[in-house]
Amino acid sequence: MRLRLRTILCGLALLAAHPVAAQTLHVALREDADILDPTLARSYVGRIVFAGLCDKLFDLDDKLQIVPQLALGYEWTDPKTLILHLRPNVTFHDGEPFDAEAVKYGLERHLTMQGSFRRAEIGIIDHIEVVDPLTVRLVLKSPSSPLLSLLTDRSGMIVAPKAAEAAGKDFGLHPVCTGPFKFTERVAQDRIVLDRYPGYWDAANIHFDRVIYQPMPDSTVLVANLKTGTIDLAERVLPTDVAEVKKDPRLRIVTSPALGYNGVTFNLANGDRAKAPIGQNALLRQAFDAAIDRQALIEVVFNGMYQPTVQAVPASSPFYVPAFPPPPRDIDKAKALVKQSGIATPIPVTMNVPNSSDNAQLAEVIQSMVRDAGFDLKINLIEFASSLSAAARGDFESYLIFWSGRPDADGNLYSFLHSGAGQNDGRYANPVVDAALDTARTLTDPAARRAEYAKMMEQERKDLPIVYLYNPVNVVGLSAKLSGFHPVPDGIIRLQGLSIAK
Amino acid sequence: MKLTSRLAQIVPTLILVSILVFCLQQLMPGDPAVVLAGEERGDPRVIEQIRTELWLDRSIPVQYVHWVGNVLQGNLGYSWRTRQPVAELIAQKLPVTSQLGVMAFLIAVAIGVPAGVIAAVKRNGIWDYIANAVGLAGLSMPNFWLGIMLILLLSVDLGWLPPSGYVPLTEDVTRSLATTIMPAFVLGNAIAAILMRHTRGAMLSTLDQDYIRTARAKGLSRLRVILRHALRNALIPVVTLGALELGTLLSGAVLTEQVFSIPGFGKMVVDAVFNRDYPVVQGVVLVTALLFILLNLLADILYVLINPRLRRA
Repeated sequence: MRLRLRTILCGLALLAAHPVAAQTLHVALREDADILDPTLARSYVGRIVFAGLCDKLFDLDDKLQIVPQLALGYEWTDPKTLILHLRPNVTFHDGEPFDAEAVKYGLERHLTMQGSFRRAEIGIIDHIEVVDPLTVRLVLKSPSSPLLSLLTDRSGMIVAPKAAEAAGKDFGLHPVCTGPFKFTERVAQDRIVLDRYPGYWDAANIHFDRVIYQPMPDSTVLVANLKTGTIDLAERVLPTDVAEVKKDPRLRIVTSPALGYNGVTFNLANGDRAKAPIGQNALLRQAFDAAIDRQALIEVVFNGMYQPTVQAVPASSPFYVPAFPPPPRDIDKAKALVKQSGIATPIPVTMNVPNSSDNAQLAEVIQSMVRDAGFDLKINLIEFASSLSAAARGDFESYLIFWSGRPDADGNLYSFLHSGAGQNDGRYANPVVDAALDTARTLTDPAARRAEYAKMMEQERKDLPIVYLYNPVNVVGLSAKLSGFHPVPDGIIRLQGLSIAK
Repeated sequence: MKLTSRLAQIVPTLILVSILVFCLQQLMPGDPAVVLAGEERGDPRVIEQIRTELWLDRSIPVQYVHWVGNVLQGNLGYSWRTRQPVAELIAQKLPVTSQLGVMAFLIAVAIGVPAGVIAAVKRNGIWDYIANAVGLAGLSMPNFWLGIMLILLLSVDLGWLPPSGYVPLTEDVTRSLATTIMPAFVLGNAIAAILMRHTRGAMLSTLDQDYIRTARAKGLSRLRVILRHALRNALIPVVTLGALELGTLLSGAVLTEQVFSIPGFGKMVVDAVFNRDYPVVQGVVLVTALLFILLNLLADILYVLINPRLRRA
């Protein structure tokens, strides 16, 4: 009996040590993706899977510059007309040719399909004309500088017309696109398997036969899988796990500045809870801002890996305004501002905090910092989904909320700061800010746009509807055998060029 | 007659469970439309669209009747998040959790029953103390902690077992066992402790019975008396307990599957709750309730088989 047990254990051990086939890439995702239809998809990790599955009209490089993918180039014939020149000799996974008709079909699907999440992004497009098989003309309702950057994401993904037409709303169960890999199978919460598409236009740059995406929400399990070699690449490794991964000579860490930010949004005019002193008095919000030591906070909670900021746009963006660097903590100024406000201390402030260990720690550090200025910060830990609804209802005084970020500055600003915009949960409204954000949308010259954002910031820094804390970095953990990985600030894992040493 | 009446009870129980799930879901904070909209939640048109499409703009009774109508036609709906049919998802997950459950239960019985017998026979001796101490440790160790410790030891340090993931039995038996043995042990461990304590108690009272003394006096070997005469009677309460512990197994699977990234029922229901994917939650709870009822029925049948005196009752 004992002998048999030993044999079984040895057998299991041998199997576990069995090397992963060299041509398969195992990628760990922090959660499971949602529907794999570019028109209906919503999740961040879904975009990572799409990078293997669906090419886009344009892509981003590591400097956030727009580079060709399915479109070779573009020209603005006037501020409302965009001409796209398409790449020749591209086919969909089902063999259907990719051409101007397909682009027209794909974009119109984004614009008209029931339940489309892309309509809100590219609804500025009035109509699409086919000029010739490799040229498309997009006619806009009004000028839109962020449009091109939106075509570097799901809005720029073109689905196979015949397959999409046949599958209807169920297209996401068997997606057909033009990407380097085609869909093979999906087991929810377990894996998404893609196999190499031999007809891919850039096949020379693809060095795997198969990619398997596996959701792994637990960070300890994620690191264990990296260490045992069961996965080759993991997105969003926690800063607190970085030292552990770096210690292992078989692994390495690659970081790049991310597009998002974390900040505290204040309720200024959304229902009764906006009546709290901090919502009604800008001096108090300025004091709150001055009392925070952003660098110390990053050292304590994120191993010093993130970048302190007072802007929604990361320093790597062409639209970052250098005139507003993150100020050092100034507790005397904070106390003086509280005094000037005339409000007696301690000033009660409740902060809704989506429940996660790093968020809770972050909130506690903020709590102790602002206490010195006279704030009595009460932390209300709340499940993420509930916190979103509470924010929309106005059931908050302040809200610690993260935004994953968009390549174009407009995607980090407009919806949060423009009066009446969808994610402006605190109902901030200022005509100077509105005008600057509106004007910036119509300008194509980056310098002119930055000037508008500088005007906006000038006002926004006085009103402080959001106290920005930091821009995160993308932390990717990968096998040391894996080469050719080029991080892009959007955090999406491109498979082109990646290869593994045998 | 008993069996048919028990089977007939299943229907009202399931109706009650389905109404309860539906109502409790409405109490969950967080608007599903807002959650489903993800980062697109800023656009009120998007929210409106989701509400209309998923019937969220209708009253709760209307939503319930619509859902029940579909269920009666064999349609459990589709996942709001991935559009996969719920029945297909359940068919994917059920074998996974079943395998985990069966393995965990076997491990629990293999550890718990012998340990209980030994502890009872060697009452107040060193083996009794050891079995009790191990049992208490098994009960007090949280599932997720034990899981992570085992991953660190057996996978990261020793490299014996894969740290997570799942291979179906039909694909490769040994690899399937390699991926499930750790989670099954974690799950089975707590139940083993409970089984041990109950087996010990039941054995102690049985060993004091007159018929045991008679059997010994007849000259039967000590081992034969313990295994054939005492254990068989002592097992009756243990079987009932085993059936009840299936509930522990299912709820334990929620945490264990999360830690080991096993794509089973537990992981699916947790993800569905956080994503407010109601059709998946409803489908899983309904099927789990049905399973639980059927397994308890099975335990009652087993009970009669083990103890012939109950057959006429």
